[in-house]
Amino acid sequence: MKHLLSVLLCFLSLSVFANEPANEASKEEGFNPGEMILHHIGDSHEWHWLATDNGSFTTYLPIIAYRPGKGLSVFSSKRISNGEAEGPAKEYDGLKLEHEHLVSTDGSKVYDFSITKNIAALIGSAVLMLVIFTAVARGYAKNHGRAPKGIQSFFEPIIVFIRDEVAKKNIGPKYERYMPYLLTVFFFIWFNNLLGLTPGAANLSGNIAVTMVLALMTLVITLASSNKYYWAHIFATPGVPKPLLPIMIIVEVIGIFTKPFSLMIRLFANITAGHIVVLSFISLVFIFKSWAVAPVTLAFGLFINILELLVALLQAFIFTLLTSMYIGGAVEEHHDADLQIGYNEDGTAPHAAH
Amino acid sequence: MPAFLTPELGLIFWQLVIFLLVLFLLAKFAWKPILSSLKEREDSIESALRMADQAKIEMQQLKAGNEKLLADARLERDRMMQEATVMANQHRETERARATAEANTIIQQAREAIQQEKNAALAEVKNTAAKLSVDIAERILRRELAEPAAQTQLVDSYLKDVKLN
Repeated sequence: MKHLLSVLLCFLSLSVFANEPANEASKEEGFNPGEMILHHIGDSHEWHWLATDNGSFTTYLPIIAYRPGKGLSVFSSKRISNGEAEGPAKEYDGLKLEHEHLVSTDGSKVYDFSITKNIAALIGSAVLMLVIFTAVARGYAKNHGRAPKGIQSFFEPIIVFIRDEVAKKNIGPKYERYMPYLLTVFFFIWFNNLLGLTPGAANLSGNIAVTMVLALMTLVITLASSNKYYWAHIFATPGVPKPLLPIMIIVEVIGIFTKPFSLMIRLFANITAGHIVVLSFISLVFIFKSWAVAPVTLAFGLFINILELLVALLQAFIFTLLTSMYIGGAVEEHHDADLQIGYNEDGTAPHAAH
Repeated sequence: MPAFLTPELGLIFWQLVIFLLVLFLLAKFAWKPILSSLKEREDSIESALRMADQAKIEMQQLKAGNEKLLADARLERDRMMQEATVMANQHRETERARATAEANTIIQQAREAIQQEKNAALAEVKNTAAKLSVDIAERILRRELAEPAAQTQLVDSYLKDVKLN
């Protein structure tokens, strides 16, 4: 985890350093790897499939903007998209795009609810998930009491794994309530990680807004299902001497939020870093403009891409596992085996903590 | 802060809405039927295994029971045969004893009857002899009075009459 984060940071700083000379170079060579990579991992108001010498294939997505006082405006992003062309940003209905960011021409506040590339991918993956898992469910209805078949038999071991190894082991007897969320979040992350690796697709699960919402949901579920033992553990951590409690309470309360925060950053950083690495290897071709780097690019690009296929599954699993561990900590009936450090105030030996 | 590190409001909104929608729909139409069928299947497999185990135990018990039954039957048969032999012997003995006793009784009775008959016959012979004697004596006495020759003759003729009594 730390490694991937540092890889990400390395690339971030690299791209920043590379920006200075590249900005000048881009005028001559027309290629800026930092910009290209950030464009690819970022969101946009149109779906740019591919570009050829004769032009690019782009799907213009709907702009939905809400401005206090002016109300809702809905139109195609084609009206304000500059495409490949340079020059001043096109304006429509008092709105324009500034580095893929929707702003109003008069500087007033704009709430952008546009169906961006990421949201289109989100809808697509949602539909895909609904189609696949209702098909799996139909399999259970059709092969009732018999062995699973087809798509059902592909997903059954995964579902059983999530149930037995993730939910049952970490949450305990109350696991059944959380199964829908755990399964949905697992397959949502996995599917979107894989879809994100598809050429031309959006980087949805590597978007911090998406991972933030997922992490917040885990936080809300954890807090909503927490019992008195959970709070007792935070505000009266067993085995901690009383003078230290104020510090421990602060640490534990911060801990409530750092857990989902780490979920958010972990998924975002892993997926984004993977994309950056793959794109960087591809960029080598354009930077060196030589066939000689092709074997290197190909070998490393392929290696990282295959690694990313693994990471896609791994991150989905880790997110689900940690979510179920946090929920398990919140619903646990009583804390056994809490480590006792030191002695109680009166010097007596520590009693068993519960 | 770089743009990709800033969560966009629109994406947060749509992610929340669409994810919750997917969660709700999948929970209702996929996870619920899938998890319940999985559970149902596991339960049925478990109960089938348990039933097989139970059947095995029952089978063993049945087999042990059968063997016990068979052994019991064999024992019973032996006992019955022994009993029957004893009873048959007893019966034979008693029958024989009874027959012997009966035969003895019959013989006894026969003997007694013979004795009685003999006594009766002897008594009758005696009576007849006495009667004849009295009769003869009467007739002799009557005749003697007339002639002695005729008396003897008369006695003879009477004796002739008496011969086949």
